[in-house]
Amino acid sequence: MPSVVANHPLTFQELLFALQRFWSEHGCVLQQPYDLEVGAGTMSPDTFLRVLGPEPIHIAYAQPSRRPADGRYGENPNRLFRHTQLQVILKPPPENVQDLYLQSLEAIGIDLAQHDIKFEEDNWEWPVGGAWGVGWQVMLDGQEITQFTYFQQCGGMDLDPISGEITYGLERIAQFLQDLDSIYDIVWLRDPASGRELTYGQVRLYEEQQFSAYSFDYADIPSLWQHLNLYEAECKALLERAGTTLDEKKLAASENPRGDRLAALRFPTLGAYELALKCSHAFNLLDARGAISVTERVGVMARIRNLIVGVARIYAEQQRLNRAFEAPTPAQPELEPAR
Amino acid sequence: MPDLLFEIGLEEVPARMIASAQAELLRRVQALLAREQLLGGSDAEMPAPDPTDRSNGLSYSTPRRLAVLVQGVRAQQPDITEEITGPAVKIAFKDGKPTAAAEAFARKSGVPVADLKTITTPKGEYLAAATVRKGRSAMELLAAELPREVAALYWAKNMYWRPGKPERFVRPVLWLLCLLGEEIVPMEFAGRRAGRVTYGHRVLHGEAPIAIREPASYVSQMESAFVVVDVEARRQKIRKALDRATRAIPAIVGARWREDEALVDAVTHLCEWPDVLTGSFEPAYLALPEEVLVTVMRDHQKYFAVEDGDGKLAAHFLAVTNIALTVENAPIIRQGNERVLRARFNDARFFWEFDQRIPLVDRVALLENVTFQKDLGSYAKKSERVRALAAVLIEAAKAGGAALDATAVDQAALLAKTDLTTELVKEFTELQGIIGGLYAASQGLSSSVADAIYDQYLPASAGDAIPRSAEGCILGLADRMDTIANMFALGMEPSGSKDPFALRRAGNAIVRILAEANLWLGLNDLLTASAPGEELRARLLAFFMERVEFYLREGRGQAYDVVQAVMAPGVGSLRDLCARSQAVSEARGSEDFLAVSAAFKRMKNILAQAEFAPSGGTILAFPKGTPEGDLQIKYGEVLSIVGRCRESQDYRKALEVIATIRPQVDAFFEKVMVMDPNPEIREGRLLLLAMIVGGLGTIADFSKIVTAG
Repeated sequence: MPSVVANHPLTFQELLFALQRFWSEHGCVLQQPYDLEVGAGTMSPDTFLRVLGPEPIHIAYAQPSRRPADGRYGENPNRLFRHTQLQVILKPPPENVQDLYLQSLEAIGIDLAQHDIKFEEDNWEWPVGGAWGVGWQVMLDGQEITQFTYFQQCGGMDLDPISGEITYGLERIAQFLQDLDSIYDIVWLRDPASGRELTYGQVRLYEEQQFSAYSFDYADIPSLWQHLNLYEAECKALLERAGTTLDEKKLAASENPRGDRLAALRFPTLGAYELALKCSHAFNLLDARGAISVTERVGVMARIRNLIVGVARIYAEQQRLNRAFEAPTPAQPELEPAR
Repeated sequence: MPDLLFEIGLEEVPARMIASAQAELLRRVQALLAREQLLGGSDAEMPAPDPTDRSNGLSYSTPRRLAVLVQGVRAQQPDITEEITGPAVKIAFKDGKPTAAAEAFARKSGVPVADLKTITTPKGEYLAAATVRKGRSAMELLAAELPREVAALYWAKNMYWRPGKPERFVRPVLWLLCLLGEEIVPMEFAGRRAGRVTYGHRVLHGEAPIAIREPASYVSQMESAFVVVDVEARRQKIRKALDRATRAIPAIVGARWREDEALVDAVTHLCEWPDVLTGSFEPAYLALPEEVLVTVMRDHQKYFAVEDGDGKLAAHFLAVTNIALTVENAPIIRQGNERVLRARFNDARFFWEFDQRIPLVDRVALLENVTFQKDLGSYAKKSERVRALAAVLIEAAKAGGAALDATAVDQAALLAKTDLTTELVKEFTELQGIIGGLYAASQGLSSSVADAIYDQYLPASAGDAIPRSAEGCILGLADRMDTIANMFALGMEPSGSKDPFALRRAGNAIVRILAEANLWLGLNDLLTASAPGEELRARLLAFFMERVEFYLREGRGQAYDVVQAVMAPGVGSLRDLCARSQAVSEARGSEDFLAVSAAFKRMKNILAQAEFAPSGGTILAFPKGTPEGDLQIKYGEVLSIVGRCRESQDYRKALEVIATIRPQVDAFFEKVMVMDPNPEIREGRLLLLAMIVGGLGTIADFSKIVTAG
């Protein structure tokens, strides 16, 4: 049956499929988006925590990323409160990682002979996560379409092996492929039977309008401060308990090694991380509401940094102890790096 | 002799780091070859290689490679004959017979005892042996030493990429190519083993490996793989393509692309095979300030702006691509670039209009929330301090005779930092000040206010002009002086290589404005107006003396001794200082002047040795016809003319007049013994010298002029 969608550039969802298929075929675990508010795919535990420690992992996932201050009530054709990143983590990065990336562009219909591609220096840093890396912004005909980073540090800890991170900005790429001035005109879906098109605006505009209004006008400032304080307090309490539960000496000298090691294995580091993420999002909302003065800003960011870096530390320690005591490891897909 | 070719293949190196790394790699390879005696004449004759001679080396780079080619490398180190020193003869021989020490030395140096020589050293007679150290092959040496040189390259930012973190480099190393003549040098770095294979342009040539036959064919083989490895050739190719593209723009009379050396440099290091694309945008965007449009194009998109014959911005841009443009791909690439620029311009227009909803005057209060520095409070506080300081400076300048609009300066100081609260400055931080000036003008403030705000950060670097107006100069002085004085008061002054607040740059700007603007302001005016307390002022003065010295030497090209000489009597007005230093530099060619300088040195030495401190007592009138008397009379004449010249700042004339004192000075030193046994005569003569040194030394301390040779 001849398809009515032939000769069209990829729709938004076809773009997502194509990239996911590509990386799946190169040995990546396809993970679902993390179901919590994050500002970037990097903040998902599938990146931020998995890059720690020695276990190789190749993983890819789409991550809706919320940045309350970037909302424009749906009126700016190029800025979004929530955009979608396709995040790929390759640990360690295969030698031909740049070639793989270029092949992934071919896989979404970009014929490099017909375009101008440049890798321009762009180093990435997330001070709140004690994380940084070096890399490039990938420019295609003057448009930044990807952030390509070699992670060097995370949670203030040196990484070994390092991870390669490829972050595709899906809206930008779709806009590029479909040659559009506005994100909202991106064809999200083209019905294969009828050829009927549904645009990004039809699918998402109301979200942009409402969440911009919420972030800028409605979000209740005292409540947000309360949220932040509550999440912080619980996260801190967990971090403190981690100190005793994950104490190597105590575990070694334990009279109930099975029980204590199981307790160490089950210690909810991931739960603590979610609480830290909640704090981060509350901070972003407060920031968008203009509720954080410059003097306060540094202090609040330091509080969140303590949580996030603290979680990274106990995560690394927990993983190390698990390996040391040869306890059953948590579901951590271990794959040979793709070649 | 064979040539050496060495290429490191890399993932894209940051453009800003390439040029220096390329130069350093060549320097290192040449130094290595020189050190190992692998350079210079034929193996047979072997003249000592000149380690500073770099004429035999070439270096290349693209974003994906660094390469060096050194011509005429010896395949083999020459054998080296060395003389090694052994034990003292008196230990080595007992009763004419060699001792154990002599035999041990002979064994060690591989020479029979009979062939050992005796040498004479300051410590006595010693045994010596001539030994020959066999030269090693270049292959072997390069394989051992080259990796060390590569590992030692400096990068502003390094990375690890291999598990176990065995090495750091700017980006992952993809391949190594190392040929000595046609042979592969078996060197290794970062887990890569050198071969003869390299790679061409990623898209235009693809993945097919290229085997380089010999070093000499490298450039042309790369050229056929769509890589221009020679940076200068690439730069020229880009410049020519920019010219060609500009000429082809229809309907603009005298179109030119805006020269931008830094941008040409940046794009040269982003391409292997450059081409130039012409794009355009809707002329409606030209209603936005040119500064904003050019910044968007240059800083965000690396596009060149185009102007018409009158220098007015045209609705076109030029983009340098890393691919050959064809009829097929050019429209696609153009469309993409135009869309991106449109979005950027749209944003800028949005911000420009959005920001105007709150005029600058209403933004003053917002500055309370913008921290200047944690101990110094907000920008609102800083603005108040700058206003007060500017008011004092205006009074001082007016007292000196400057014409200034004090109200305009005050308003400019109040509003100068308000653009920090605008969206446009948050988006284009490099335009702070300029944006404020543009908003001020568009919001109906007077041009003296708007221009002062616009120019407040000038000069930002040595190539910049100073602010156009006196009002702008006062604002720039007060703003920077406030920063410097307060940072010093907090103990955050620069030290050594540490200058986190760029105070030296601010100091340089102050010195330049004082020296080049017609303000009648001296350093002292700034110090007394901004710094309470002797101790702080002393530290600031020492800091500024360094800046002044730097300015005279680097900014005005004055010789070290001239700078020392003219700064010695005190700095006072910098304009006056510059005039004095210029005059002294010019007078240095005159023999009389140099003789007088030498005489000054002598006078100062005599005064210093006599530990003479003028008591201010009797000035002996020496009789005319005596050397002292003639000198005294001549000095009197000279001093009065010099005094008049000083008034009119005619230092050239003053120095000419001073030089005329030479015959009397020479006669004095020839015939007079200053240190006469009679204390009265002695004191009188010393006092005369002290008067001359003091009286004529107000232009420069001539004794500091280097006269020898």
